[in-house]
Amino acid sequence: MSSAIKLLGHIGAVTRLSGRTFKIVFSRRFVDRSLLSAQMDQAGIGSWSIAVLTALFTGAVMAIQFADGLEPYGASLYTGKMVSLGIVRELGPTLTAVLVGGRVGAGFTAEIGSMNVTEQVDAISALGADPIEKLVAPRVVACIIMLPLLTLLADFVGCFGAMLVVMTDVGVTATFFIEQVLDTLVVADLIHGLAKATFFGYFIAIVGCYVGLNTRGGTEGVGRSTTDTVVAISITVLVSNFLLTKLFLSF
Amino acid sequence: MPDETTQPAPPTPPEVVIEFKDVRKAFGPNVIYDPLNLSVYRGETLTVIGGSGKGKSVLLKMLIRLLQVDSGSIQCFGEEVTTMPEGKLLGLRRRIAMLFQGAALFDSLTVAQNIKYPLVEHKWGNREQMDHRVEEVLEMVGMPGIQHLKPSELSGGMKKRVGLARAIAIQPDVILYDEPTTGLDPLNVRRINGLILRLQRRLNVTSVVVTHDMDSCFTITDRIAFLYERRMDWTGTKEAALATDFPPLREFVQGGRGTLEAEGTED
Ligand SMILES: Nc1ncnc2c1ncn2[C@@H]1O[C@H](COP(=O)(O)OP(=O)(O)OP(=O)(O)O)[C@@H](O)[C@H]1O
Ligand SMILES: [Mg+2]
Repeated sequence: MSSAIKLLGHIGAVTRLSGRTFKIVFSRRFVDRSLLSAQMDQAGIGSWSIAVLTALFTGAVMAIQFADGLEPYGASLYTGKMVSLGIVRELGPTLTAVLVGGRVGAGFTAEIGSMNVTEQVDAISALGADPIEKLVAPRVVACIIMLPLLTLLADFVGCFGAMLVVMTDVGVTATFFIEQVLDTLVVADLIHGLAKATFFGYFIAIVGCYVGLNTRGGTEGVGRSTTDTVVAISITVLVSNFLLTKLFLSF
Repeated sequence: MPDETTQPAPPTPPEVVIEFKDVRKAFGPNVIYDPLNLSVYRGETLTVIGGSGKGKSVLLKMLIRLLQVDSGSIQCFGEEVTTMPEGKLLGLRRRIAMLFQGAALFDSLTVAQNIKYPLVEHKWGNREQMDHRVEEVLEMVGMPGIQHLKPSELSGGMKKRVGLARAIAIQPDVILYDEPTTGLDPLNVRRINGLILRLQRRLNVTSVVVTHDMDSCFTITDRIAFLYERRMDWTGTKEAALATDFPPLREFVQGGRGTLEAEGTED
């Protein structure tokens, strides 16, 4: 019961933080491109290898499973259809968000959390600036931009991994595979996936920053917060994925 | 007749610049102030003493609203801090600078960038003027020529002095010092104390100093406020503090003087 109240409290606080962040983002105050590009670099460029590795092997493994499962029906030729749909609609956005989110969100929490316990966040205010503008806004914008891009990359690489498996195991040509994929996927699939990724990007950044800003208790507190963030982000991504999927498919 | 400059200002009716009125503050069950009443006069140096973890840093932070009070009022330059809108808060923080207990330098920025931070935020001047100001304040805290270093390359004492340089860069009217001399060697303690005195005497800066260092306290302070049992009931001049018969304060003050006398007898 009390943990439910706590959860509601956190959700309320995150909503307020989001409100203040977007107010800054959409006002002319948010002009600090150097902060933004630093964050995009860290969040996006620093994460592409995780996204690629995850997608490559997930795509490959799904291809093996589907090829095997479809075999009794003589349908392994159509593995590409199934796998590409699964990757573009679900696994691309979700897996990328969980893995990249763990890395990036934990990084945000550790960074902002240590600044908080060493009074650097207070110092930002004391010196006449706004911690939300300096710390939260650039990270939120960076993640909202980078997550869809990483997801797009993951989609491609995932399908590529699947293609390699289908070509060797089932023996279709690359052209056949690509044709099948293009035949199956419609633009809406891609857009749904990328829209979800945009939301995930926002969740990752805002949760990472929120936990960081509420870190207390020295270095030990930073450690605890970082773990909390990874858990919170994974759960947020998975639960919101369910809700967002429902929402998007109802259109 | 002529040597009036060395005398402290005559006791004209003192002008209150900061006033805490019935301020209450608690963190959950941890009650810090119940209640806090305190006035600070223009141009004076007020030292706040009290045990560890009793809320001295909290007092400074409430004053520039890094922490919000639970109830009560804080007046600063005649304006209410606790309900001040965000926009005005910037002006308040332009006039009141704070040296944080752990210096709170930004790790990702160089010393020069750290000191320029408030100058940039308050649009203090052009690039050249800022560079010059950085040089000047580093000189004042006795660390010239370290502009390019990162905080990770500095010792604790050096960080503190850079933190002080950053606080005074913007030429504030009030400076809040959270343990300015803790962790410094005796030479630098003297230097920082000298600087605090100089800022007060020459520029008429009002200072609130939190310290455990009773030697420094007696060197720099005009008045002392003793934080005890979640209140600030005892305030008075340093002479009164020395002559007090309030046992907890006596212990505090004698603790400081005790070490002094022990050192004295060894010579
Ligand atoms: N943001 C905060 N959230 C919760 N508790 C806090 C917060 N800031 C301070 N406290 C608590 O308030 C009390 C007073 O803290 P404060 O830092 O003011 O002590 P202090 O008098 O400065 O001590 P020291 O001399 O050791 O610096 C402590 O018990 C601390 O745990
Ligand atoms: Mg303190």
